[in-house]
Amino acid sequence: MSNKINPYEFKEKKDMAWCPGCGNFMIRDAILSALKELDIPPAKVAMSSGIGQAAKMPQYINTNYFNGLHGRGLPVAVAIKSVNPELIVIAEGGDGDMYGEGGNHFIHNIRRNPDIVHIVHNNMVYGLTKGQASPTSPTGFVTPVQVNGVSNTPFNPIAVSLSLGATFVARAFSGDVEQTKSIIKEAINHHGYALVDIFHPCVSFNKVNTFSWFKNNTYYVDDSYDRKDFQVAMQHAMKLDKYPLGVLYQDKTRKSFEDQLNVYEKDPTPIIKRPRNLHQVSKLYLD
Amino acid sequence: MISSLTLVLSGQAGQGLKTIETLIVNAAKLQYHVFSTPEVMSRVRGGNNTVEIRISSNKVYAFKDKIDLLFLLNDHAYDRISERVTDNTLVFGEIDFLAESVKSSLGKPYETLSIGALAKEAGNSLYGNTVIFGFISGLLSLDKDSGKDLLAKKFGGKSENVLKGNRMAYESGYEKGRKFSHVNTVKTSYDVKEHKIINGSEAIAIGALAGGVNYIASYPMSPATGVLQFLASKGNAFDVIVEQAEDEIAALNMVIGAWYAGARGMATTSGGGFALMEEALSLAGITETPAVVHLAQRPGPGTGLPTRTEQGDLHLVVYAGHGEFPRIVLAPGTLEEGILLTQRAFYLADKFQVPVFILSDQYYLDSKAPIAPVTLDQEALKSFVVASDKNYLRYKFTESGISPRSIPGFGDGLVKCDSDEHDEEGTITEDFNIRIKMNDKRLAKEKLILQDYIPPELVGPKNYKKLIIGWGSTYGVVKEAIESDSVSETAFLHIKEVFPLHKSIKAFASEGIKVAVIENNARGQLADLLKLHLSIEADERLLKYNGAPFTIEEVTRFLKEVF
Repeated sequence: MSNKINPYEFKEKKDMAWCPGCGNFMIRDAILSALKELDIPPAKVAMSSGIGQAAKMPQYINTNYFNGLHGRGLPVAVAIKSVNPELIVIAEGGDGDMYGEGGNHFIHNIRRNPDIVHIVHNNMVYGLTKGQASPTSPTGFVTPVQVNGVSNTPFNPIAVSLSLGATFVARAFSGDVEQTKSIIKEAINHHGYALVDIFHPCVSFNKVNTFSWFKNNTYYVDDSYDRKDFQVAMQHAMKLDKYPLGVLYQDKTRKSFEDQLNVYEKDPTPIIKRPRNLHQVSKLYLD
Repeated sequence: MISSLTLVLSGQAGQGLKTIETLIVNAAKLQYHVFSTPEVMSRVRGGNNTVEIRISSNKVYAFKDKIDLLFLLNDHAYDRISERVTDNTLVFGEIDFLAESVKSSLGKPYETLSIGALAKEAGNSLYGNTVIFGFISGLLSLDKDSGKDLLAKKFGGKSENVLKGNRMAYESGYEKGRKFSHVNTVKTSYDVKEHKIINGSEAIAIGALAGGVNYIASYPMSPATGVLQFLASKGNAFDVIVEQAEDEIAALNMVIGAWYAGARGMATTSGGGFALMEEALSLAGITETPAVVHLAQRPGPGTGLPTRTEQGDLHLVVYAGHGEFPRIVLAPGTLEEGILLTQRAFYLADKFQVPVFILSDQYYLDSKAPIAPVTLDQEALKSFVVASDKNYLRYKFTESGISPRSIPGFGDGLVKCDSDEHDEEGTITEDFNIRIKMNDKRLAKEKLILQDYIPPELVGPKNYKKLIIGWGSTYGVVKEAIESDSVSETAFLHIKEVFPLHKSIKAFASEGIKVAVIENNARGQLADLLKLHLSIEADERLLKYNGAPFTIEEVTRFLKEVF
């Protein structure tokens, strides 16, 4: 498929709602290349997203999608995967969507370990509502609402997901499309919950965490890095002066949520393809 | 004429009232019609809980206030229900369960029943519940062998000693009970001998299975949890994914995701939990994703009375969710309806791509009775999902008004759903014209829904001059009041599909007919909807909102003295 047109692209040019220079464009390039290189047909993919500029991503990728409510991309994605495990399911949204409004789903779906990819655009600010603090905004960050600067401790999705037992934890930087793409490919290939937190600049509302700030304050883990080592991953995750990039942790031993469902123990057929027997039902109320 | 006997067991949480109830109703249904309903406090141990069991010559499915036989299971089991005791009530209990002054105030002598001593004689003080089961079986002249079979089923898994002890406890209770068999003058009936005893929770869960449910995500909340637990117990046998969601918000979003991908999903919750689901309900509305929600009502607002009953959430479900979109509300009043309406809910949700509610309440869900064999509808399992082609448009404008629904991976096309206003493909749009067309398309489904309207049931004389209208769990009590007290000019209309309301209802309340609406809430929510949508003005509203269901006596008094 590699030389053909990317089937996830549209024939006509789409009018995209992102600001010129937004990191979302590069994230989109990375996702499109990843899906194409993995040779997955678009009909096999289902994306689920919430609300926000990042959550508009499915609109600009030619595949199945359910663009639902703010914060609720994960519950929809987990349900899609569990009733039809034959689909590749990607939940995508921003830091406010996934870590703020949808924080409870973030916590508990890591515990479930569904076989989905969870892409979170982390630009440390609210874009669509025009510049308020996000859960990942740095302390002291001044916004039209946090006029005296953010006082809350920034949310650390890497450390939180590790501590909850996430089986795949990665962080990417949108400025590096090539690396972002290969991290996303690894996330898709991972069997279980895969978090890809992507740093990216918001050119309109975040004048602190700019393209060059991200460049200067991140580092890739090197070849000697052992992604199976939880303690090492946690040490990197807790570094607050410079932020690690790459696949920081992977546990291939744990069963996915779907694999643990009784309905799939003996039969991999998606439940949506199984008929219901009314005679069997009627036995429940006939003595 | 119905002859019936009302037994009440009064004890505390954790004493095993449920076990006795189950044993008695299953033994009694072999010779009588039976009905039972518990009322419990919101606690795990202690307090005062009661269960009412009615033994009858004819079908009964209603709560009676006045007690014929009262069994006290501890020394604080009397006070709270003393108003239900009459001069004819026989009260049984250990010698020290009632103060002497109370004993002497009773119309009939207090009957000492030494449960503890009899249980100990049988080998263990834990056999007390079996003594009571035996006693009541003897009093009702129930078949001994059948009673022992039930014990064997109950304690079969335990040691031979335990079963032996329980048999002995049953025997000694039975002998004591025989001495009171003259109290029971109820005519025997073998009508429901072969029928299974189930409660409302089971009826709704069975109906869901009959409707093809294969996905349920919910957060536990009284009184809705029974449906979740029953489906969980059958999940392995019927290929149902049962997931306890992290909160109600997740639950309904998961159910919507499941339908989007081709499953038949349901959430079960109560009013407070549903309040958290409202945004997702609206999501189902704009994305035209089917959803089934079982809302088990209890008294609110806030936490209200968690273990009690009310019909206070009709307006909640009718108006829930921001924006304007159609929905269907079905309210079962009998166990048979619990199965059939819930089955129907899945069919309607799939057909019209709208949310459908099953609106029940604590009283309905916890009440037990024999269920008549119903015929399930094979048509309800018909899937309206279509395969997509390359040019598939999820929100296509069609002549029928319904955009054919496909699911991801079924065909060559792509299924794009959006919570934003969208065009036919499912892409976000802010085009005013498309907005109007899409909104009109969604709202026009209400007309189509009414073409499949589930007709109400009329009970009583055809040439009535007075009509009492009810919905949901008031069915049994109104029916019994009408049928047993020869109020010949009054009929009862039981509405099953409470929203949207079909104009044919209007014909039942034509000019000159005096109308009353009975509801277990404080303001008359159905009465308001009847007025708003069908211009039916109720002359009377019979309302109750203390947390208890209507009693036969209350409805009868209303029919005779007020209406």
